[in-house]
Amino acid sequence: MRRFFANKIYGVLAAGIILLAWYLVARFADLPRIILPSPGGVLQKFWLIWEDGYKGHSLVAHLADSLRRLFIAYGLAMVTAVPLGLLSGCLPKLRSALDPLVSFYRPLPPLAYYTVLVLWMGIDDGSKIALLFLAGFSPMYISSVAGVARMRPDYVNGAKTLGASSQRVFFLVIFPVALPDVFVGLRTSLGFMYSTLVAAEMVAAISGIGWMVLDASKYLQSDVIFMGIIVMGLTGIVLDGALNLLERKIVFWKGRE
Amino acid sequence: MTPEPLSPPPPDRPEDFPGPYEVPEDLIGAQNLSLYYGRGEKRRAAILNVNFSVFPGEFVCVMGPSGCGKSTILNILAGFVAPSEGRVLLSQKEISGVDWHRGVVFQKPPLFEWFSVWENVAFGPKARHRPKEEIRRSVAVFLERVGLSAWADKKVYELSGGMKQRVAIARSLINDPMILLMDEPFGALDALTREKMQDLVRKIWWNSRKTIFFITHDVDEALKLATRVLVMTESPGTIAREFSLGFSRAFIEDSDDRAWFSEEFYRARKAILDLIAGRADRDAEAALGPRLSEKERE
Ligand SMILES: Nc1ncnc2c1ncn2[C@@H]1O[C@H](COP(=O)(O)OP(=O)(O)OP(=O)(O)O)[C@@H](O)[C@H]1O
Ligand SMILES: [Mg+2]
Repeated sequence: MRRFFANKIYGVLAAGIILLAWYLVARFADLPRIILPSPGGVLQKFWLIWEDGYKGHSLVAHLADSLRRLFIAYGLAMVTAVPLGLLSGCLPKLRSALDPLVSFYRPLPPLAYYTVLVLWMGIDDGSKIALLFLAGFSPMYISSVAGVARMRPDYVNGAKTLGASSQRVFFLVIFPVALPDVFVGLRTSLGFMYSTLVAAEMVAAISGIGWMVLDASKYLQSDVIFMGIIVMGLTGIVLDGALNLLERKIVFWKGRE
Repeated sequence: MTPEPLSPPPPDRPEDFPGPYEVPEDLIGAQNLSLYYGRGEKRRAAILNVNFSVFPGEFVCVMGPSGCGKSTILNILAGFVAPSEGRVLLSQKEISGVDWHRGVVFQKPPLFEWFSVWENVAFGPKARHRPKEEIRRSVAVFLERVGLSAWADKKVYELSGGMKQRVAIARSLINDPMILLMDEPFGALDALTREKMQDLVRKIWWNSRKTIFFITHDVDEALKLATRVLVMTESPGTIAREFSLGFSRAFIEDSDDRAWFSEEFYRARKAILDLIAGRADRDAEAALGPRLSEKERE
């Protein structure tokens, strides 16, 4: 635990240096506010929006709206992509049916099909959640498949020689063996979905942290943009950290074999 | 001369114990086993026309140069792969696929890291839906047998290599399989641990009268454990020679490692090494006795 914090020190140090550099440049370089707002200005803006909200919603409401969309899409992706990926890893026929679909849509930029989703599902949360879902689905699916495919066959063979049925093998052996890889997918997905979030809130939204940044950019409110970006970044760190913690709790044997 | 393999069972062993070669019925009969890998031009045999039997209560060791198909044979016996030609009979019934009557211990034991030691050992009986009370009792018995009673609640990653292999052995034995198949189980262990594990397996074999099929590349291990050794040739593997040994039994009966230092031991050792290296000659014949043919066994 002490090592953990000792290593964190360097991250805090690096962030501190960047903050200091930012402050010094903003203070002495005589740049226009639009190009580089000062740290103090951004902090002030933060308090202002924290108290009065931004365009009808409080900051917390903006963040909550974004996170609600994110979590719903994330949950949906998790309960579909992971089981399908694990099954695909076990059943070559299912895999050869699903793999081409996933490899077809995966490299497409989310905005390319977002319009279609909006046309189909309307401008409400539905299309946004669908977009996030698709963004998150493929990494989870692909690493779940990989988790099964990379497994030593001895695990399944061993379990069968102990008398385990196929079901028991799937739930008690294949699933846990693939879990470390599943978590890799879960974390990749989170990052991917998070970066798609802003794109999802670009169209016809009136709330959300991503929308706030995009709206502010229309009026060149740099301090709001900076503030939004920092809030998004910190939230991202917290989410990834939470997932990391969960992984270490659940996949406690990872890296210790 | 090698110790007499047909000696009567020792007094501490019940008279009704079916020792090697004393029962007409074999436990495992491998008939004309061949297995080919690849297709077309690249098709080549991993093993070719392998025949052997394993009798109840035997400790059979398989030796041979690397890549000669030892693991291939074990995988066929376990049911992990089907032979291209030939068949395997288990108690006169042809095997198909995997079941818990044939326990397997791998070189790198695929223990379930997400379970505790106790849960690993209980996996088999649970899978076979044994009553809870029975599972609790038998897990305790088998953990005791491999000397891991104090480690029941530990996680797998807390164990040393030797302990992991003990868990793997307990996990297989608890199902009371008809035969235990072991593929170089101690190959990755250090010399001291290996010796302890050999003693443990020998003791378990002797006390439980299990039939064991054991692959090793360590000639001393084979001599110290086996009642019979199958020596295979370079690929495509076939069984070149098989012979009986009595050092393992002598060790148990004397409870002393005298047998390891006897002249017979060293002569048998050299003869096996010569055989594996392809230097078989009349000395081998002299050291190991005449070939065991099917007729002689009956
Ligand atoms: N999946 C496979 N595909 C193609 N060839 C294989 C495959 N598995 C094994 N072989 C070949 O079959 C032969 C026998 O392999 P096997 O693993 O049975 O040897 P082994 O006697 O157990 O060797 P070792 O002592 O190194 O464990 C080898 O020549 C190997 O190259
Ligand atoms: Mg092998």
